[in-house]
Amino acid sequence: VTLPFREALEQITRIRGVRGAMLVAGDDGLVVAEALMEGIRGNAVAALAASLAKRLRKAAEAAGGGVPRFLHLQARGGTLLAVPAPDGILLVAVGDRDVNVGLLRLEMRRVAEAVV
Amino acid sequence: MADDIKAMTAELARDPGSLVFLKLGEALRARGQIEAATRIAASGVVRHPELAPAHDLYARVLVDQGDFERAYHEWTVALELEPRHFGAHKGLGFLCYRWGDLDGAIEHLELALAADPTDATVVQALQRVREGVDLAAVALPLAPAAAPAGVASPWDALEGGGHDVLLADRRGLLLAGSVCDREGRNVGEELAAEIAVAAQEADRTARLLDLGEWRSLLVEGETMNLLVSRPTGQTVLLLARDRAVPQGRLAVLAERAAGIARAWLQAGRT
Repeated sequence: VTLPFREALEQITRIRGVRGAMLVAGDDGLVVAEALMEGIRGNAVAALAASLAKRLRKAAEAAGGGVPRFLHLQARGGTLLAVPAPDGILLVAVGDRDVNVGLLRLEMRRVAEAVV
Repeated sequence: MADDIKAMTAELARDPGSLVFLKLGEALRARGQIEAATRIAASGVVRHPELAPAHDLYARVLVDQGDFERAYHEWTVALELEPRHFGAHKGLGFLCYRWGDLDGAIEHLELALAADPTDATVVQALQRVREGVDLAAVALPLAPAAAPAGVASPWDALEGGGHDVLLADRRGLLLAGSVCDREGRNVGEELAAEIAVAAQEADRTARLLDLGEWRSLLVEGETMNLLVSRPTGQTVLLLARDRAVPQGRLAVLAERAAGIARAWLQAGRT
């Protein structure tokens, strides 16, 4: 099963507590597609998420942990998650503090495998 | 048996060709389980005769047992396979010194330093050899790769052991601990620099999204999970554990490691 961008993002944003989701070009941090709540600056978040993912990838590879499959930034007031998708795309989600991270992680991994 | 050793043993049982034996052998050495480390290292050499790190590991467990002649042979084989192998040059430098061959010791230590100019133990050892100081006073190659001399490791009591935990300052300088890659090479300084930058990126991301102060950064890798946290405003902590350790458990361990780091900092880094 493959998913177009919009449908892929909808599957993420319908999870309770998710404030937005986006597909980002991992190399340059540009937005490929987004579904964000008002007030979230998509372009800036995309750039920072891609940069963070790149940095953490270097750390994981240096430690011998291999290529990252999932990234999770947990903050006091919310959370940011990222999962690599095919073709160098990064699936990024922003959630509230109380979002179910386990559920969101599973859904993001499923969507990342199916997105085209 | 510590969880990480259990996990690595299970992984090796599942896949006897896995290179995890290198980390397992080193972890067993670090816990003083020399017999078990010897079995793992010896079978690793049989299974991977063309792999220099396998011979390096075996040489180090042979030194642990006082079998310097065979250790010399294993390190020599490692250099035949990989002429710039850091561990082999370091080990042979130690053996040459032990046998009174100062020129040989200096030559091997210089080659080790050329392979890894950042290794503080080799810098220190080379200086001592040139000054004619007893090399036994320098914990040169006999210490596990995960515990370089001169760098404190306050997490020995942590579940899974004190290895693969490090503390860095916000400038990316290593304060304590170490992390070894799959070849048993200490990559602590490199990781300290990387996670300090990652922490700054996390700061910016959290600020932009109005998420408040960030607490942790989890990286789920193919074989290992990393968790970065901030024990204090000026430091960053990295905990690396095998993927077999559940993520919730990893978070608990990271919290404990952060507590140990705070206590260690308050005690004046002793």
